[in-house]
Amino acid sequence: MKQGIAALVAGVLFGLGLAVSGMLIPDKVLNFLDIAGHWDPSLALVMGGAIAVTLPGYFVVTKRERPLFAEGFSLPAATAIDARLLGGAALFGLGWGLSGLCPAPALVNIASGFGDVLVFVAAMLAGMLLHRALKL
Amino acid sequence: METTFTPLASLAGGIMIGAAALLLLWLNGKVAGISGIVGTAMTDFSPASYWRWLFIAGLLTGGAAGLYGYVGADEIVLRASTPVLIVAGLLVGFGTRLGSGCTSGHGVCGIGRLSPRSIVATLVFMAVAIATVFVQRHVLGG
Repeated sequence: MKQGIAALVAGVLFGLGLAVSGMLIPDKVLNFLDIAGHWDPSLALVMGGAIAVTLPGYFVVTKRERPLFAEGFSLPAATAIDARLLGGAALFGLGWGLSGLCPAPALVNIASGFGDVLVFVAAMLAGMLLHRALKL
Repeated sequence: METTFTPLASLAGGIMIGAAALLLLWLNGKVAGISGIVGTAMTDFSPASYWRWLFIAGLLTGGAAGLYGYVGADEIVLRASTPVLIVAGLLVGFGTRLGSGCTSGHGVCGIGRLSPRSIVATLVFMAVAIATVFVQRHVLGG
Protein backbone atom coordinates (compact mmCIF):
# COMPACT_ATOMS: atom_id res chain seq x y z
CA MET A 1 0.00 0.00 0.00
CA LYS A 2 2.67 2.49 1.07
CA GLN A 3 4.86 1.38 -1.84
CA GLY A 4 1.98 1.85 -4.26
CA ILE A 5 1.25 5.38 -3.04
CA ALA A 6 4.95 6.24 -3.14
CA ALA A 7 5.19 5.02 -6.76
CA LEU A 8 2.08 6.98 -7.72
CA VAL A 9 3.38 10.20 -6.11
CA ALA A 10 6.82 9.77 -7.71
CA GLY A 11 5.12 9.24 -11.08
CA VAL A 12 3.01 12.39 -10.74
CA LEU A 13 6.05 14.47 -9.79
CA PHE A 14 8.04 12.98 -12.68
CA GLY A 15 5.26 13.78 -15.16
CA LEU A 16 4.87 17.35 -13.88
CA GLY A 17 8.64 17.79 -14.07
CA LEU A 18 8.67 16.67 -17.70
CA ALA A 19 6.00 19.24 -18.54
CA VAL A 20 7.65 22.12 -16.66
CA SER A 21 11.08 21.30 -18.10
CA GLY A 22 10.04 21.47 -21.76
CA MET A 23 10.97 17.84 -22.44
CA LEU A 24 7.47 17.09 -23.74
CA ILE A 25 8.00 19.42 -26.71
CA PRO A 26 9.69 17.52 -29.57
CA ASP A 27 10.85 20.76 -31.27
CA LYS A 28 12.67 21.73 -28.09
CA VAL A 29 14.35 18.34 -27.85
CA LEU A 30 15.43 18.41 -31.50
CA ASN A 31 16.72 21.98 -31.16
CA PHE A 32 18.77 20.87 -28.17
CA LEU A 33 20.27 18.10 -30.30
CA ASP A 34 20.83 20.54 -33.21
CA ILE A 35 24.10 22.07 -32.07
CA ALA A 36 24.86 23.33 -35.58
CA GLY A 37 21.50 25.10 -35.95
CA HIS A 38 19.33 27.26 -33.67
CA TRP A 39 20.66 25.50 -30.60
CA ASP A 40 18.35 25.55 -27.58
CA PRO A 41 20.49 24.51 -24.58
CA SER A 42 17.49 24.25 -22.22
CA LEU A 43 17.55 20.48 -21.98
CA ALA A 44 21.12 20.47 -20.66
CA LEU A 45 19.62 22.20 -17.63
CA VAL A 46 16.91 19.54 -17.32
CA MET A 47 19.51 16.82 -17.08
CA GLY A 48 21.77 19.02 -14.96
CA GLY A 49 18.97 19.85 -12.53
CA ALA A 50 17.94 16.21 -12.24
CA ILE A 51 21.48 14.96 -11.68
CA ALA A 52 22.08 17.74 -9.14
CA VAL A 53 19.39 16.01 -7.08
CA THR A 54 20.12 12.33 -7.82
CA LEU A 55 23.90 12.51 -7.44
CA PRO A 56 24.03 13.67 -3.79
CA GLY A 57 20.63 12.15 -3.02
CA TYR A 58 21.47 8.63 -4.22
CA PHE A 59 24.78 8.82 -2.36
CA VAL A 60 23.02 9.52 0.94
CA VAL A 61 20.07 7.16 0.39
CA THR A 62 22.13 4.13 -0.66
CA LYS A 63 24.15 4.47 2.56
CA ARG A 64 20.98 3.51 4.44
CA GLU A 65 20.42 -0.14 5.27
CA ARG A 66 17.16 -0.32 3.31
CA PRO A 67 14.54 1.90 1.71
CA LEU A 68 11.74 3.25 3.89
CA PHE A 69 8.96 1.00 2.51
CA ALA A 70 10.86 -1.99 1.03
CA GLU A 71 13.18 -4.76 2.14
CA GLY A 72 16.11 -3.70 0.00
CA PHE A 73 17.38 -1.64 -2.88
CA SER A 74 16.90 -3.01 -6.41
CA LEU A 75 19.84 -1.49 -8.26
CA PRO A 76 21.08 -2.69 -11.66
CA ALA A 77 23.88 -5.22 -11.13
CA ALA A 78 25.39 -5.22 -14.63
CA THR A 79 28.76 -3.58 -15.02
CA ALA A 80 29.93 -4.73 -18.48
CA ILE A 81 30.18 -2.14 -21.23
CA ASP A 82 29.29 -4.58 -23.99
CA ALA A 83 27.83 -4.65 -27.49
CA ARG A 84 24.25 -4.82 -26.18
CA LEU A 85 24.70 -1.63 -24.16
CA LEU A 86 26.44 0.25 -26.96
CA GLY A 87 24.20 -1.09 -29.73
CA GLY A 88 21.03 -0.46 -27.74
CA ALA A 89 22.09 3.08 -26.88
CA ALA A 90 22.96 3.77 -30.53
CA LEU A 91 19.60 2.47 -31.81
CA PHE A 92 17.80 4.51 -29.17
CA GLY A 93 19.79 7.63 -30.11
CA LEU A 94 18.84 7.17 -33.76
CA GLY A 95 15.14 6.86 -32.93
CA TRP A 96 15.30 9.80 -30.52
CA GLY A 97 17.02 11.99 -33.11
CA LEU A 98 14.51 11.06 -35.81
CA SER A 99 11.48 11.84 -33.64
CA GLY A 100 12.41 14.09 -30.72
CA LEU A 101 10.70 11.62 -28.38
CA CYS A 102 12.25 9.45 -25.69
CA PRO A 103 10.08 6.98 -23.72
CA ALA A 104 8.68 9.13 -20.89
CA PRO A 105 7.67 12.18 -22.96
CA ALA A 106 6.23 9.87 -25.63
CA LEU A 107 3.96 8.19 -23.07
CA VAL A 108 2.89 11.48 -21.49
CA ASN A 109 2.14 12.97 -24.91
CA ILE A 110 -0.52 10.29 -25.45
CA ALA A 111 -2.69 12.80 -23.57
CA SER A 112 -2.41 15.18 -26.53
CA GLY A 113 -4.57 12.70 -28.42
CA PHE A 114 -2.65 13.33 -31.64
CA GLY A 115 -2.64 10.35 -34.00
CA ASP A 116 1.06 10.51 -34.84
CA VAL A 117 1.97 10.40 -31.14
CA LEU A 118 -0.20 7.31 -30.73
CA VAL A 119 1.49 5.69 -33.75
CA PHE A 120 4.92 6.40 -32.25
CA VAL A 121 3.97 5.01 -28.84
CA ALA A 122 2.43 1.87 -30.38
CA ALA A 123 5.65 1.30 -32.35
CA MET A 124 7.74 1.95 -29.22
CA LEU A 125 5.80 -0.59 -27.14
CA ALA A 126 6.02 -3.06 -30.04
CA GLY A 127 9.80 -2.53 -30.13
CA MET A 128 9.99 -3.29 -26.41
CA LEU A 129 7.93 -6.46 -26.83
CA LEU A 130 9.99 -7.46 -29.86
CA HIS A 131 13.13 -7.27 -27.75
CA ARG A 132 11.44 -9.45 -25.16
CA ALA A 133 10.28 -11.96 -27.78
CA LEU A 134 13.76 -12.27 -29.30
CA LYS A 135 15.16 -12.94 -25.80
CA LEU A 136 18.25 -10.84 -26.48
CA MET B 1 10.67 25.50 -35.50
CA GLU B 2 12.85 27.70 -33.32
CA THR B 3 12.33 27.47 -29.58
CA THR B 4 13.39 29.88 -26.87
CA PHE B 5 15.93 29.11 -24.16
CA THR B 6 14.04 28.46 -20.92
CA PRO B 7 16.77 28.08 -18.29
CA LEU B 8 14.68 28.52 -15.15
CA ALA B 9 11.75 26.33 -16.17
CA SER B 10 14.05 23.63 -17.50
CA LEU B 11 16.17 23.68 -14.35
CA ALA B 12 13.04 23.58 -12.16
CA GLY B 13 11.57 20.71 -14.20
CA GLY B 14 14.86 18.85 -14.03
CA ILE B 15 14.95 19.22 -10.25
CA MET B 16 11.40 17.83 -10.08
CA ILE B 17 12.40 14.84 -12.23
CA GLY B 18 15.45 14.25 -10.04
CA ALA B 19 13.33 14.57 -6.89
CA ALA B 20 10.85 12.01 -8.27
CA ALA B 21 13.70 9.58 -9.00
CA LEU B 22 15.18 10.13 -5.55
CA LEU B 23 11.79 9.60 -3.91
CA LEU B 24 11.34 6.26 -5.68
CA LEU B 25 14.77 5.05 -4.53
CA TRP B 26 14.49 6.39 -0.98
CA LEU B 27 10.98 5.03 -0.35
CA ASN B 28 10.79 1.90 -2.54
CA GLY B 29 14.41 1.16 -3.42
CA LYS B 30 13.63 1.32 -7.14
CA VAL B 31 15.33 3.06 -10.05
CA ALA B 32 13.14 5.45 -12.08
CA GLY B 33 14.04 4.16 -15.53
CA ILE B 34 10.97 4.67 -17.67
CA SER B 35 11.83 2.19 -20.43
CA GLY B 36 12.54 -0.50 -17.84
CA ILE B 37 9.37 0.24 -15.87
CA VAL B 38 7.18 0.19 -18.99
CA GLY B 39 8.92 -2.76 -20.63
CA THR B 40 8.64 -4.86 -17.49
CA ALA B 41 5.08 -3.73 -16.64
CA MET B 42 3.84 -5.04 -20.00
CA THR B 43 5.05 -8.57 -19.33
CA ASP B 44 5.15 -8.95 -15.52
CA PHE B 45 1.74 -8.99 -13.84
CA SER B 46 2.93 -10.38 -10.51
CA PRO B 47 2.05 -8.51 -7.28
CA ALA B 48 5.70 -7.44 -6.97
CA SER B 49 5.29 -5.49 -10.20
CA TYR B 50 2.08 -3.55 -9.42
CA TRP B 51 4.02 -0.46 -8.34
CA ARG B 52 5.10 -0.06 -11.98
CA TRP B 53 1.50 0.42 -13.12
CA LEU B 54 0.91 2.93 -10.34
CA PHE B 55 4.06 4.81 -11.29
CA ILE B 56 2.91 4.87 -14.94
CA ALA B 57 -0.59 6.00 -13.86
CA GLY B 58 1.00 8.84 -11.89
CA LEU B 59 3.31 9.74 -14.77
CA LEU B 60 0.40 9.95 -17.21
CA THR B 61 -1.76 11.92 -14.75
CA GLY B 62 0.93 14.41 -13.70
CA GLY B 63 2.13 14.70 -17.28
CA ALA B 64 -1.37 15.30 -18.65
CA ALA B 65 -1.99 17.96 -15.98
CA GLY B 66 1.26 19.65 -16.96
CA LEU B 67 0.56 19.28 -20.67
CA TYR B 68 -2.82 21.02 -20.47
CA GLY B 69 -2.13 23.31 -17.50
CA TYR B 70 1.30 24.56 -18.48
CA VAL B 71 2.68 23.46 -21.87
CA GLY B 72 -0.38 23.51 -24.11
CA ALA B 73 -1.09 20.49 -26.32
CA ASP B 74 -0.56 22.62 -29.46
CA GLU B 75 3.17 22.56 -28.70
CA ILE B 76 3.30 18.81 -29.33
CA VAL B 77 4.11 18.70 -33.03
CA LEU B 78 5.92 15.79 -34.65
CA ARG B 79 7.72 16.83 -37.83
CA ALA B 80 8.58 13.37 -39.12
CA SER B 81 6.35 11.43 -41.53
CA THR B 82 4.31 8.50 -40.26
CA PRO B 83 6.66 5.81 -41.67
CA VAL B 84 9.66 7.54 -40.07
CA LEU B 85 7.79 7.79 -36.76
CA ILE B 86 7.03 4.07 -36.86
CA VAL B 87 10.70 3.26 -37.47
CA ALA B 88 11.75 5.76 -34.77
CA GLY B 89 9.29 4.30 -32.28
CA LEU B 90 10.53 0.76 -32.93
CA LEU B 91 14.14 1.92 -32.54
CA VAL B 92 13.40 3.75 -29.27
CA GLY B 93 11.49 0.79 -27.82
CA PHE B 94 13.90 -1.91 -28.97
CA GLY B 95 17.05 0.12 -28.36
CA THR B 96 16.18 1.18 -24.81
CA ARG B 97 15.45 -2.42 -23.84
CA LEU B 98 18.57 -3.79 -25.53
CA GLY B 99 20.69 -1.06 -23.93
CA SER B 100 18.89 -1.43 -20.57
CA GLY B 101 17.86 2.19 -20.26
CA CYS B 102 16.85 5.53 -21.71
CA THR B 103 17.24 9.20 -20.82
CA SER B 104 15.85 8.62 -17.33
CA GLY B 105 17.37 5.26 -16.40
CA HIS B 106 20.86 5.92 -17.73
CA GLY B 107 20.85 9.72 -17.98
CA VAL B 108 19.31 10.68 -14.64
CA CYS B 109 19.49 7.63 -12.37
CA GLY B 110 22.60 5.89 -13.72
CA ILE B 111 24.71 9.02 -13.87
CA GLY B 112 23.35 9.83 -10.40
CA ARG B 113 24.95 6.61 -9.16
CA LEU B 114 28.08 7.28 -11.23
CA SER B 115 27.58 4.01 -13.11
CA PRO B 116 30.23 3.76 -15.87
CA ARG B 117 27.74 1.80 -18.02
CA SER B 118 25.19 4.60 -17.78
CA ILE B 119 27.73 7.33 -18.45
CA VAL B 120 28.89 5.51 -21.60
CA ALA B 121 25.31 4.74 -22.72
CA THR B 122 24.28 8.38 -22.25
CA LEU B 123 27.27 9.63 -24.24
CA VAL B 124 26.45 7.16 -27.04
CA PHE B 125 22.74 7.92 -27.36
CA MET B 126 23.38 11.67 -27.11
CA ALA B 127 26.10 11.52 -29.77
CA VAL B 128 24.01 9.38 -32.13
CA ALA B 129 20.94 11.61 -31.65
CA ILE B 130 23.03 14.74 -32.31
CA ALA B 131 24.51 13.13 -35.43
CA THR B 132 21.05 12.06 -36.61
CA VAL B 133 19.65 15.58 -36.28
CA PHE B 134 22.74 17.00 -37.97
CA VAL B 135 22.38 14.71 -40.98
CA GLN B 136 18.66 15.26 -41.21
CA ARG B 137 18.72 19.04 -40.90
CA HIS B 138 22.06 20.05 -42.38
CA VAL B 139 23.05 17.30 -44.80
CA LEU B 140 19.72 16.10 -46.18
CA GLY B 141 18.27 19.53 -45.40
CA GLY B 142 14.85 19.61 -43.93
